Amino acid sequence: MSRYILRSLIQLFLVTWAVATTAFLLVFMSGDPVMLMVPMTATREEIEALRDAFGLNQPLWIQYARYMVRAVQGDFGVSIKAGQPALNLVMERIPATLELGLAGMILASVVGIGVGVLSALKRDSWIDAAGRVLALGSQAMPIFWLGLLLIIIFAVKLRVLPPFGRGGLKELILPAITMATYNIPLILRLTRSTFFDVLYQDYIRTARAKGLPERVVVFVHILRNAAIPLVTVLGMNFGRILGGAIVTETVFAWPGVGSLSIDAIFTADYPVIMAATIILVVSVVVVNFLTDLTYAVLDPRIRYG
Amino acid sequence: MPADSAKNETRLRFLWWDLEAVPMPRALRAVLRSRTAVWGILFVSLALFMGVTAHWVAPYDPYKQETGMRLKPPFWDPAAKEGHLLGTDQLGRDVLSRMIYGARVSLIVAAVAVFIAAVTGVGIGLLAGFYGGWIDSVLMGFTNFFLSFPHVLLAIAIMGIVGPGFTTLILVLGLTSWPIYTRIIRSEVLTLKELEFVEAARALGVREIVILGKHITPNVLNSILVTASLETARMIINEAFFSFLGLGVQPPIPSWGNMLYDGKAYIFVNHWLITLPGIAIFLTTLGLNLIGDWLRDLFDPHMVF
Repeated sequence: MSRYILRSLIQLFLVTWAVATTAFLLVFMSGDPVMLMVPMTATREEIEALRDAFGLNQPLWIQYARYMVRAVQGDFGVSIKAGQPALNLVMERIPATLELGLAGMILASVVGIGVGVLSALKRDSWIDAAGRVLALGSQAMPIFWLGLLLIIIFAVKLRVLPPFGRGGLKELILPAITMATYNIPLILRLTRSTFFDVLYQDYIRTARAKGLPERVVVFVHILRNAAIPLVTVLGMNFGRILGGAIVTETVFAWPGVGSLSIDAIFTADYPVIMAATIILVVSVVVVNFLTDLTYAVLDPRIRYG
Repeated sequence: MPADSAKNETRLRFLWWDLEAVPMPRALRAVLRSRTAVWGILFVSLALFMGVTAHWVAPYDPYKQETGMRLKPPFWDPAAKEGHLLGTDQLGRDVLSRMIYGARVSLIVAAVAVFIAAVTGVGIGLLAGFYGGWIDSVLMGFTNFFLSFPHVLLAIAIMGIVGPGFTTLILVLGLTSWPIYTRIIRSEVLTLKELEFVEAARALGVREIVILGKHITPNVLNSILVTASLETARMIINEAFFSFLGLGVQPPIPSWGNMLYDGKAYIFVNHWLITLPGIAIFLTTLGLNLIGDWLRDLFDPHMVF
């Protein structure tokens, strides 16, 4: 087990380093950020002074080394647009992204697991058919368009919910539905198929044979065993889920990390792009790692050498 | 999800016609027996038809502006103008014509991106799975690194830094979506290469490269086809999203995503500019998903994902 953890930590370190380097190279190739910052009337001397101040006149490897040393300390530089440390800007936005992600995941799990369990228990019934339509429809749905549709229906036509922004529960409803739709097909299909697998196991027959109420069999015996692949797949798809959050945030102008990084890309605010990218990637790698560990805890048959 | 239930398979129907007695090739009969396949092929053919015949079927030049005809609603609205079936956009261009031409642009982007991703991903997957050892470790390390990245953010970052455009969009979509093929193909090759026919070929002295090309590759074609059809749907959605952000296909070229980008500003005035192209995207991706599901059931009824 400890060897496995050590190996994962090394991998985590390597991935983070590779991402930081890739981000650095991409930004380096993209041209001169100073030209975007100065007014049209700036003289050559002023531009040069600014380039010096940002260390852009030094050789590539020195810039890289300085960038790395700072990055390790959590210093990604100062946002060109906001004038604040980039990392702080990203950190400020994390609660909003978490709120959206959590609301979306809870909604998706309730719908996905609920419908998935029912379709598995009542195979080929109308609810199974409805579940199939839901899974297919939400899988084919471009969620940013769904977001726009929700805005058209509930904000423009019915005027019952705000079209964008973050605040209380009212602002959360439409983005959460959008976000959930993105994750429903995965959860629904997986719940249904793993439920099938578990449904016919010997220990389920035993549980029924010893006279346990159906409620206990479904919730304790079946759901707990079906939860293992579910947790794993959700954990392994954390990057995808984050991608869905980024898409949702842009549609609803939700002030999270996703919309921050997209704004940063449009304004060529490189320190913010780097900080956001690295924070997002590290969180994905960490979640994948924790998923592996949870997997071992949930299923004692799995042991890592 | 299960294959079509038994009751559809008793008599051969297409929509409301009974075709049991009509003579036709067996393959066509098999397609028509599956509701999934019929609807999938119907939706996708419609999009393909629009894309291929845009020159002939589009009622107007998609670039032609009529300043007196701006933001007209579709024909079912009383304020509609005759001659513009689905209304006009903010520059007085015919929405139907732009949607028909948009099919061409969206489909080309998706198809080429899928081709690039499939060739790259399948190639890496074949090599990693077949040769194993350090080749496998290096290639899969690289693939996992790619997988840990939120693809949307990666693609947006590259588009933002390199600059938007038709070719860039295709390349970015293709080069960020290959790992899914690698994962699937590698795991299949790992199973295939242990089978008797491979052993037999090896015993006969067939060269490794020939075994890989002639004996392994044909056996993974089914999976490639299934994955590619589902991925084409995803690419259509991604094209739409990037163009919607303003990072993809650039105006005035009509693509479905581009039309959403244009329509975004008029969401309160004429929401059809968003609703209609979205329906085109949704039906096409739905069709591709149906075809993918059908193929998967056809090739391997036991496969879940």
